[in-house]
Amino acid sequence: MFESLFQTLSFSATELFEITLRSIQVSGGATLLGAAVGLPISLTLTFKEFKGKPFLIGFFNALMGMPTVALGLILYLLFSKTGPLGPLHLLYNPLGIMVGQAILVTPIVVSFTVGAIEALDPEVRLLAKTLGASKIQESLTVIREAGRGVVLALAASFNRAVAELGVALMVGGNIRGITRVLTTAIALETVRGEIELGIALTIVLLLIVFTLNLALNILQRKGS
Amino acid sequence: MTQTILELVNVSKSYGSVEALKDVSLKVNKNETLAILGPNGAGKTTLLKIMAGLTQPDKGTILYNGNPLTEEQVLEFRRKITMVFQRTVMLNTTVYENVAYGLKLRGLSKKEIDKRVKETLTLFGLKGFENRKAKNLSGGEQQKVSLARALTLKPEILLLDEPTANLDVENASTIESIIGRIKSQTTVVFATHNLFQAKRLAERIVYLSSGKVFEDTSAKDFFEKPKTIEALKFIKGETVF
Repeated sequence: MFESLFQTLSFSATELFEITLRSIQVSGGATLLGAAVGLPISLTLTFKEFKGKPFLIGFFNALMGMPTVALGLILYLLFSKTGPLGPLHLLYNPLGIMVGQAILVTPIVVSFTVGAIEALDPEVRLLAKTLGASKIQESLTVIREAGRGVVLALAASFNRAVAELGVALMVGGNIRGITRVLTTAIALETVRGEIELGIALTIVLLLIVFTLNLALNILQRKGS
Repeated sequence: MTQTILELVNVSKSYGSVEALKDVSLKVNKNETLAILGPNGAGKTTLLKIMAGLTQPDKGTILYNGNPLTEEQVLEFRRKITMVFQRTVMLNTTVYENVAYGLKLRGLSKKEIDKRVKETLTLFGLKGFENRKAKNLSGGEQQKVSLARALTLKPEILLLDEPTANLDVENASTIESIIGRIKSQTTVVFATHNLFQAKRLAERIVYLSSGKVFEDTSAKDFFEKPKTIEALKFIKGETVF
């Protein structure tokens, strides 16, 4: 079905594969980057007691609703040639989209993980300590015990990253063969009136999201 | 000759305005079975947590083998002294993995871990439970796993916080008989509010009430000739808790 559709619309299956792969790579990388930043923040927010902690947790919760176009605009200004991060050459670069999406998903990782750790038995940490865990081993134990919540955080982060348009469009610029990802391709084809192709790309995007979530669901059921 | 492994000198700890421990000093001698006896809220759990290196005292010194414990030595210290909590905490995995957890933290080989876990499970009558989910076990079985998980580490001191408090008579009796067997292998310090349990298991008793040590003597002397009114009232069952 797709083959005949692409033939009539001069959009090759190879290009679709390339766009899909780039979407997965960029958003997967953003999720990992978000996790690398978000998990230590979550552990600090749950392990340490300090003034302003509830405010900070609330702040991360609020950031989950950050409009992607707003973030895209801010990053555009930062990454542009005259911007403070201009020398990093992140504008119109897949790495720039990845960084932007990582910023977008970090609050999701933090909020979901903090919730999951707070729901754990507080004595899990003491147990790890008394059985001889170092600080890193203690943190890993807590993350493992909060596993379901952490997996959910990563899944939600990937979903948000792969489905967002604002950052990918404004930071990436939708350059064919370089920064074009599924969402920017869908937007472009729809604007161009290529509705069928837009629908086909949307189906691919939905398949990625549903397959990932279904796989995680099955893994979680097996684990429990 | 009596060898002191652990010593607390003038240790105090407060939680907000509540003084949990006030100037507590005591020694733990090698291979003895020491009961920290006292009513609920006496500070027994706080004392055990300080002894286990899990809670920092506000004041006072902890000496391990005669040397003051420093911040850098805490991890090494905690790997020699293991505490079993009053409320059992099971990791979200199998019985085998729960018992193997502390050994894995120490980086032991897979073969050594397997050998020690299997030995311990057999000792505790948990053979055949290896692949059962620990959280699905009964209270008594979970307490056995907790003890097995601690003992497989061969700690120099095993700290037990109210080891039978949440168990029925049958399970409490099983756990007590296990503690009876453990006594010959290591130093055991257990906190209890159960006079009879202290009488059955301990060689020495420290009587703690309102965060203060009132008695520190042999079990025989504690029950036959208590020196303080507080201890006498507790023995007679006149202490309300």
